[in-house]
Amino acid sequence: MSTMAQEQVEEYLETIYDLENRDGSAKTTAIAHCLKVAPASVTEVLKSLSKRGLVSYEPYRGVTLTGEGRTIAATIKRRHRLLEVFLTDILHINREKVHDEACRMEHTISEETEEALCRLLEAPARCPHGSPISPCNREVGDCTECAAATEWATPIPPRNRKVIPITDLGPEQQGRIAFIRGDQKVVQRLSDLGLTLGTRVAVTRKTPREGPVEVFVRRTKLAIDHAIAEKIFVDAPGAEER
Amino acid sequence: MSGCGGCKGCSPKGTGSVKDAEFTVALAGNANVGKSATFNQLTGVDQIIGNWPGKTVERAEGLLVHRGHRIRVIDLPGIYSFSTYSMEELVSRDFIALEHPDAVVNVIDASALERNLFFTIQLIELAPPLMIAVNQIDLAEKKGLTIDVEKLSTILGVPVVSTVAIRGKGISSLTDAILDLVHDRPVPPVLYYGREIEERIARIVSLLGPVATPYPARWTAIKLLERDPDLIRIVSAEDPSIVLEADRLAGEIEAIHGEPVSVVITAERYQIADRVAAEVITVQTPRDGPQKKSLTDRIDQVALHPVLGYFGVVGVIGGLLVWTFLIGAPVSAFITSFLTQFEQYEPVITGPLTDILWNGVFTGFLAGVTLIIPYVLPFYLILAVIEDSGYLTRISVMLDRGMHKLGLHGKAIIPLILGYGCNVPAIYSCRIMESPKQKLLAAFLVTLVPCTARTVVILGLVAAFVNIWWALALYAFDILLILVVGRVAFKVVPGESVGLIMEMPDYHVPSLRVVLKQTWARTRSLIWVVFPAYVIGSAVLQGFYAAGLLDPVNTLLAPITTLWLGLPAVVGITLIFGIVRKELTILTLAVIFHTTNFATIMSPVQLIVLALVSMLYIPCISAIFALASEFGWRRALAITGTEITLAIVLGGLAYRALGLFM
Repeated sequence: MSTMAQEQVEEYLETIYDLENRDGSAKTTAIAHCLKVAPASVTEVLKSLSKRGLVSYEPYRGVTLTGEGRTIAATIKRRHRLLEVFLTDILHINREKVHDEACRMEHTISEETEEALCRLLEAPARCPHGSPISPCNREVGDCTECAAATEWATPIPPRNRKVIPITDLGPEQQGRIAFIRGDQKVVQRLSDLGLTLGTRVAVTRKTPREGPVEVFVRRTKLAIDHAIAEKIFVDAPGAEER
Repeated sequence: MSGCGGCKGCSPKGTGSVKDAEFTVALAGNANVGKSATFNQLTGVDQIIGNWPGKTVERAEGLLVHRGHRIRVIDLPGIYSFSTYSMEELVSRDFIALEHPDAVVNVIDASALERNLFFTIQLIELAPPLMIAVNQIDLAEKKGLTIDVEKLSTILGVPVVSTVAIRGKGISSLTDAILDLVHDRPVPPVLYYGREIEERIARIVSLLGPVATPYPARWTAIKLLERDPDLIRIVSAEDPSIVLEADRLAGEIEAIHGEPVSVVITAERYQIADRVAAEVITVQTPRDGPQKKSLTDRIDQVALHPVLGYFGVVGVIGGLLVWTFLIGAPVSAFITSFLTQFEQYEPVITGPLTDILWNGVFTGFLAGVTLIIPYVLPFYLILAVIEDSGYLTRISVMLDRGMHKLGLHGKAIIPLILGYGCNVPAIYSCRIMESPKQKLLAAFLVTLVPCTARTVVILGLVAAFVNIWWALALYAFDILLILVVGRVAFKVVPGESVGLIMEMPDYHVPSLRVVLKQTWARTRSLIWVVFPAYVIGSAVLQGFYAAGLLDPVNTLLAPITTLWLGLPAVVGITLIFGIVRKELTILTLAVIFHTTNFATIMSPVQLIVLALVSMLYIPCISAIFALASEFGWRRALAITGTEITLAIVLGGLAYRALGLFM
């Protein structure tokens, strides 16, 4: 019963996460539509999720995730997308089929498996369908650190701070570099140009259709390929403001 | 042939002036800090530009004469560190460490001191006699940054001068300082890292004691800690136990910091750079307050606008091309009529052999002059203005996304635009790309860009005797072809493509001196490669033709030219002539048929097919030499073969397709 319920909880949180990202909040009818269940049973589940402190639920207004709910949803999303990459790139399963497959697997893998997958796949930035994969919740500056720590079985504490790619920074925002996703080559190339951990960066311009991003760092402006900029994460400015 | 030797220029001994220099000075620093401007100010016009032996990396050297001393100045490639193992970095570090220049001048940008000092610290580790030129000090002051040059000198323990290289300010104190440096040759003092790193450096240095590497001991120790593959190989050959110990020590540092050792050391270098910068910079907030948008920001609102920006790109590149041909045609006609007063113009293909050879030389010379002076020179001149103003980097940003489809990035637009002038300097300019794969892809696509000579063919055959729209259609088709072929080549050619990371300089009014230098740097390869190929190639081909050696060509090529492409059989010869210079195809055609009215001898379809085939069938001989000198003969011939096939296939298809409705 309880494992079944956990999977159901995660599916609901994931759906709400998607809807919230799309519409700002999740309407009961939209959730019912996505999960192909009756609106009445959605209402039942939402009440229980609300009781467990995972969503804030106001009848007729739709739901939003609480901090805790969002964390769980984001983790599941990350596992889902990593699995999709794994199924496509390593097992060569047809891209159309991997979504359903990953949907079933995402609830059962452990954090350890998740991180091992991430290392095996060399920290992919996007799922096969082009959605971004969020960074892991480990307190590391870049991916080589994660690999090294695993090799020596050194425990890595959880990060527990929200980091966002600089491509998500708004025009007036700036942040300190908290994490660079990628191998030593990427890290070295960026740090040679002054983009090191802890450095303040601001995005001064984005170009449409994911063209290069213009960043301001150490008194100079650099144009950086969107795919590279996506690998640079900063501590989310005013994460609690929302 | 002479083409290859001339531009390679990797034999500095070849020129007397630089050979008897008493001292050698290297300029090192980041890209875009005014290093080349400094180089130009120091050396004047007497420069040799070429490649580092066996590398697709540009090497520039020149001679500085000061107070009776002759000093050889080498401009090292613009780099940001010694740690990513790019060819540019290896060339620079080996030059400094192995060739022992008498002095190294580190040119740094006053407005971006932290990032530049990061590289300075690495230079200090190589321990050459070092000095610093803080350049663009005027721009820094405009931004409200004042730099205490004397304090910088005290902290780092090396001489420091400030310069504005573009305007020649500070150059005389720089030359004085260089002269002092080459005589005294002081070794810069050591900059220390954190204790846990220094202890381990000291340990490795003591182990290295008896082991001789060509590099300074401290630098070798740091590189071993960073697990530099090159140094590991060198030291392993001498004493593998040191490498093992260094690896163990690196592991200890990683255990302390929880990060890979190279990241730790990079971070420490930045800490030192930040600390030094903080001590020497005084920041004044500009009067208008920081909120006010700078001129650059305001221009960029248009130049990088998602819609207007593209209008700008098309307008500027299109305008550049149109302007070049509007101005070029009458000037070219004028030069031709002027020079043909002394000699006749058409290629002679009958008569005494000496006449034929002389005529070949003369028409080759004439063709060179009438292409380079009216078309290529103005084109490159205006392009250099656009480049120096800072707008070219904006074009790169706007087109970056599209270039991705070809496995390239925005910077590749520079060789591609250069290709419209002449493919040869464009091929050399592919050195600006980062990965070997991207250099090769860009050069391949450059050879498909219709250069001035090919444009002359398109205009002379199609625009003149069919109509202008078909000529433009050929141009458009060519761009489409570049996109398709580029896409295929991206998939086929092995190797990695790296994304764009590029500095965005502020706009400024172009400096005449820089523009002229840049134009000269690009047209120089025309004189060394294209001109000799034109003159010698034309003479040789005409000699062969007169001796009857080319007669079998028409028969041999007939199945392709007449049956598949539907062209007259004599075209076989004209295409052979076109290998030397593309525009020879129409000149030879005129001579063979005794008419310049091609409409009387060929149908519109034939004219279009011939123009299409001439446009694509082969890079001209100069371009093949340029490709070979950059990428080796195997690749040069592979590109040539691909393009011959492409031209034949597309030409035949076009003949059949156009025949349906024309």
